[in-house]
Amino acid sequence: MTVHSEPVQAPWDRAGAGSSVDVEHEPSLALHIEDLTVSYEYRPVLWDIDLDIPPGVLGAVVGPNGAGKSTLIKAILGMVPVAAGHIYVFGRPHHRQLSRIGYVPQRTSVDWDFPTTALDVVMMGLYGKLGWIRRPGKAERQKALEALEHVGMAPYAHRQISQLSGGQQQRVFLARALVQDADLYLMDEPMAGVDATTERHIIGLLKELRSRGKTVLVVHHDLQTVSQYFDWLVLLNVRIIAQGPMHEVYTLDNLRHTYGGQIRLLQGLAGALATDGDGEAKPGDGRSAGDGGAAALGR
Amino acid sequence: METVWDVLTDFTVRNALLGALLLGTLSGVLGTFAVLREQSLLGDALSHAALPGICIGFLVAGSRQLWPLALGALVVGAAAAWCVLLLTRHSRLKSDASVGVVLSTFFAGGTVLLTYIQNQQLPGQAGLDSFLFGQAAAMLPSDLWAMGAVAAVGIGLVLVFWKEFKLVTFDPGFARSLGWPVRLLEGVLTSMIALAVVIGLQMVGVVLMVALIIAPAAAARQWTQRLETMVLLAALFGAASGAAGTLVSLVRPGLATGPLIVLCATGIAALSLLLAPRRGVVWRAVQRRRTRAEVESGRVLVDLLQLARAHGDENYASAQGMINAVYGADAQATLVRLEKEGLVRPVAPEHGTGRHWHLTPAGQEAARRLLEGRRDGREE
Repeated sequence: MTVHSEPVQAPWDRAGAGSSVDVEHEPSLALHIEDLTVSYEYRPVLWDIDLDIPPGVLGAVVGPNGAGKSTLIKAILGMVPVAAGHIYVFGRPHHRQLSRIGYVPQRTSVDWDFPTTALDVVMMGLYGKLGWIRRPGKAERQKALEALEHVGMAPYAHRQISQLSGGQQQRVFLARALVQDADLYLMDEPMAGVDATTERHIIGLLKELRSRGKTVLVVHHDLQTVSQYFDWLVLLNVRIIAQGPMHEVYTLDNLRHTYGGQIRLLQGLAGALATDGDGEAKPGDGRSAGDGGAAALGR
Repeated sequence: METVWDVLTDFTVRNALLGALLLGTLSGVLGTFAVLREQSLLGDALSHAALPGICIGFLVAGSRQLWPLALGALVVGAAAAWCVLLLTRHSRLKSDASVGVVLSTFFAGGTVLLTYIQNQQLPGQAGLDSFLFGQAAAMLPSDLWAMGAVAAVGIGLVLVFWKEFKLVTFDPGFARSLGWPVRLLEGVLTSMIALAVVIGLQMVGVVLMVALIIAPAAAARQWTQRLETMVLLAALFGAASGAAGTLVSLVRPGLATGPLIVLCATGIAALSLLLAPRRGVVWRAVQRRRTRAEVESGRVLVDLLQLARAHGDENYASAQGMINAVYGADAQATLVRLEKEGLVRPVAPEHGTGRHWHLTPAGQEAARRLLEGRRDGREE
């Protein structure tokens, strides 16, 4: 577990290195979060989060239902109102760095019956760089086609998106993030509900991104594969339970803390977590931190 | 009775027809986004809630001019939408129940106000009740200008901010991650839909206006897999319904325009839901049958192969009774189909009764491939 060496920003010190002031802060870190608190209808979903992610790591965010994993990702992207705290991306306030962040939302967050093609969805990743009103042209089409090729989906470029399998839809979302050409990638359960082939494909892609110097942070649900796929681990249950290099953080003790002693041994893990979607918390879910009051932020 | 030609050359008729075309086009374009954003019920609440707004607008302005009435409809409609949001957020009602409660409350209030006004014998109130079911003939040239303005702004916005509206409709979360003002864009879309509803009230009426928003878009969705085409088709369907309904109601005065327009629109929608390729009910039923037949053919082939292998002879002929035992009456049709494809052949029984079937070499090959595919599937 890495310990914070930073002098912590006092919550009342609004004029300090607040998100409205554009000063460099911890530029050597890909992601630096201080005191982040997000609440939903007076319940803390994230509580007093201090988080550091060095550049070039392939990190996983792991925790039980309602731990705030998706909310953490959304907070970094400025998608949810923040009750307190500061978020820095490559040393600058996050909302000024959105063009350097690529995002893969949960696959189930959109209606796949929307009348559009795989290629069109991938081109949406370029909308941010295009700016207002301008339409995507030949260059954008080409980039999107290359990204589809990269995820092995080129033959499906003109397929209507509802006619793709779950794994193929997920790869379309990944291709959309690829064309964003970001430095920091945030992905919300990209391997949930995909077939084994797609999972291998995705993990290969993540490792390739890391080898190109990108920083990748992934919400992951499978405790059995987490240590094999990732090199950095953030254990989250409303609070940060532990964070750091995989070999230091991936201990039974830490996992037990995160899941509230509910896990038996790794053997039983897969079964116990099979129902781990992002919906309501199971009634039997114990929690070690945050008094178990955190509801999953409704998507 | 006037002929259609007399009607068409009449000035007020041309006004009404032009208005209907504009309104239908606008409704189709904006309705596409309303349907894709699953906001149909909100449009319903808005149009029903517009009735008290129209009455209040009339009472305040003292005349039946479009702008005060439209303003009243918008303000009260927005209040109703706000009530739906508050109810959903702070009570245990789900959103469909909230919409239902708010819609009927506002509509009841509007009806009370309308009957009150009618009993007061106020000057200029004649024809106010045409807002219930719409009356194209009541349209003034100034109304046409208002319609044109709203249609120009609405369609213009969609053209200019095409990619923005598309992304916000498909994946608002991703749009927000790009730093876009998603709330603003959604607000603009919703306001435009509300404006289209309000501007159409005189022609179609508060009760049915929402159908003109939903039906053309729902019909268009059936025929295409691209948003561009869907918007164009919805505009076309909307304009056609508007023009057709208006024409009929002008030729036969006394028939309310709104229901006629809506019947045209829902007629197109019903045909589309039934007949469209890929998504239509008929097409899918045919497809399902075909798939079922294919699956059953495959199973019969594999069964024949396994029966033959159990007898140590791939050319072994199995009694049809054994196939019937598993597939019932369908077996006959399946076997005949397989025979036509040259995969099975009937043979006279060596002893006993009933027809026997054996696989042709092609049939053996097909069955073997199916069996292998099945095994691979199980391994994965």
